[in-house]
Amino acid sequence: MKPFTYLTPATMEEAVALFGQHRETARYMAGGTDVIVKIKDGWMGPDYLISLKQIPGLNDLHKNENTGELTIGALVTHAMLEQSLLIRNEYPIIYDAVSNIGSLQVRNMGTIGGNLINAVPSADGAIPLIALDGSALLVGPEGERSVLVKDLFVKPYETVLTPGEILTRITIPAQVPRTGSAYIKFGRRAAMELPLIGIGVLLAVDEDLSTCTRARICLGVAGPTPLRAVKAEQMLEGQPVTSDLLTEAGKRAAEESQVRNSVRGQAWHRKEMIRVQVRRMGLRCLDIINQKARQA
Amino acid sequence: MTKPISFILNGDEISCDIQDHWTLLHLLREELGLIGTKEGCGNGECGACTVIVDQLAVNSCLYLAADVQGKQIQTIESLAVHTGSLHPIQQSFVDNGGIQCGFCTPGMIMSAKALLDKDPGADQETIKHALAGNICRCTGYVQILDSVAAAGRQMAGNQGEGAAAAKDPGTITQQSMNKKAGEVIT
Ligand SMILES: Cc1cc2nc3c(=O)[nH]c(=O)nc-3n(C[C@H](O)[C@H](O)[C@H](O)COP(=O)(O)OP(=O)(O)OC[C@H]3O[C@@H](n4cnc5c(N)ncnc54)[C@H](O)[C@@H]3O)c2cc1C
Ligand code: FES
Ligand code: FES
Repeated sequence: MKPFTYLTPATMEEAVALFGQHRETARYMAGGTDVIVKIKDGWMGPDYLISLKQIPGLNDLHKNENTGELTIGALVTHAMLEQSLLIRNEYPIIYDAVSNIGSLQVRNMGTIGGNLINAVPSADGAIPLIALDGSALLVGPEGERSVLVKDLFVKPYETVLTPGEILTRITIPAQVPRTGSAYIKFGRRAAMELPLIGIGVLLAVDEDLSTCTRARICLGVAGPTPLRAVKAEQMLEGQPVTSDLLTEAGKRAAEESQVRNSVRGQAWHRKEMIRVQVRRMGLRCLDIINQKARQA
Repeated sequence: MTKPISFILNGDEISCDIQDHWTLLHLLREELGLIGTKEGCGNGECGACTVIVDQLAVNSCLYLAADVQGKQIQTIESLAVHTGSLHPIQQSFVDNGGIQCGFCTPGMIMSAKALLDKDPGADQETIKHALAGNICRCTGYVQILDSVAAAGRQMAGNQGEGAAAAKDPGTITQQSMNKKAGEVIT
């Protein structure tokens, strides 16, 4: 591996200043599961690797019970999310997505922030955060700003972050009542494989437990960046959600997607899987909603 | 850049100088001579290099040596040496045919140990999920899963007798001795 100097700033200001000093020759690192692989393979060769691990507070994971807002620090690992009962019970779409990223060893190291900033079309962690209307807090040389997670991505490997900017946390607004959510990483096997296609669905319904008040359909590996099938979502909102309507929404989402043929799979197959899985994930959302309603 | 670090390796306090770009795998094998931990892919794909850092299984091929500062590391070498007898997980791999060529075994056993230390009663699904990042080209996995489940039953039994720590030579209980890096070579 090409040698580099490893810097371990203790504050955000220090990290940003170090980046300012070394600029193109520097890279931030969180869990390193992507950066170290790329340095080993010679795809990148920074002279300075700036670790974000020593900065306090970046691995905060909590829900504000007054506002209902969920905070996920950028350095929270996939394993921390997977093992959190709060995530498992209240944000099943996050649990579904992170629990099959790589292997447990990778999840013990890899972070949600690194997954987003890596900006691959197959990033499993991005889909749930988009479906949950999450926003990302960025801190950089010019100060702080907030960007919706869905607007973070420009193209493969590129985000809206400017040089030196650090993603500090993701906030998820309070969920509306009677929300269910689910994600499937569809592929030959879940572990140690990138998804052939990733499908996340979030539904909320009215007190009648049928009329859709909010729909999110988010797709990974369906275009150059993770994307939302907005027209399919609109077909559901305001309507009673039935299996048939979900089938129609699935068809619509498949049309809206920008799937391609690649070495890992064919476009027609990916479309078929979107069609089928939007319905299945939608039905799972309804199951979750109904189960919670029975418990209440 | 060279920098000094200190950490606890298999119960012993270690202080040594490292290069910033060294992985933990490099430090263990090439500098400290602990060659039980294997390098397969070097890229996080195979799990042969799995070690336990502060109770979590990680790929030592992707973990920077600099990041072990102040942490507790367990490698396969910690399992049998203290008493001379095999750890229950090792014994179970021998008894149940969980080893053929043995290349994946240190990584498998460390992944299994990280799981069973927390959850000796882990069911088949949980074991599979915890071991999904460890590739074996020989056994076909069935014997490995059986080995881990059987070891879990034994470890749970030991805990039931309230003697888990005493019977588990891999658990770091003894007070750390001050050793120089070179001295751990066994
Ligand atoms: C074997 C293996 C299997 C994998 N499987 C999957 C999978 O199934 N699904 C999947 O989605 N991914 C997978 N990955 C990719 C990777 O593990 C994840 O994307 C992981 O979440 C990256 O996080 P990290 O903390 O390790 O990132 P790092 O490697 O530390 O960083 C990744 C990138 O983000 C930047 N960065 C990191 N944190 C910040 C921050 N807070 N602010 C600004 N920039 C930042 C870094 O500069 C770098 O460019 C896999 C990787 C491996 C090695
Ligand atoms: S050598 Fe580390 S995972 Fe293969
Ligand atoms: S025993 Fe040979 S690789 Fe597993």
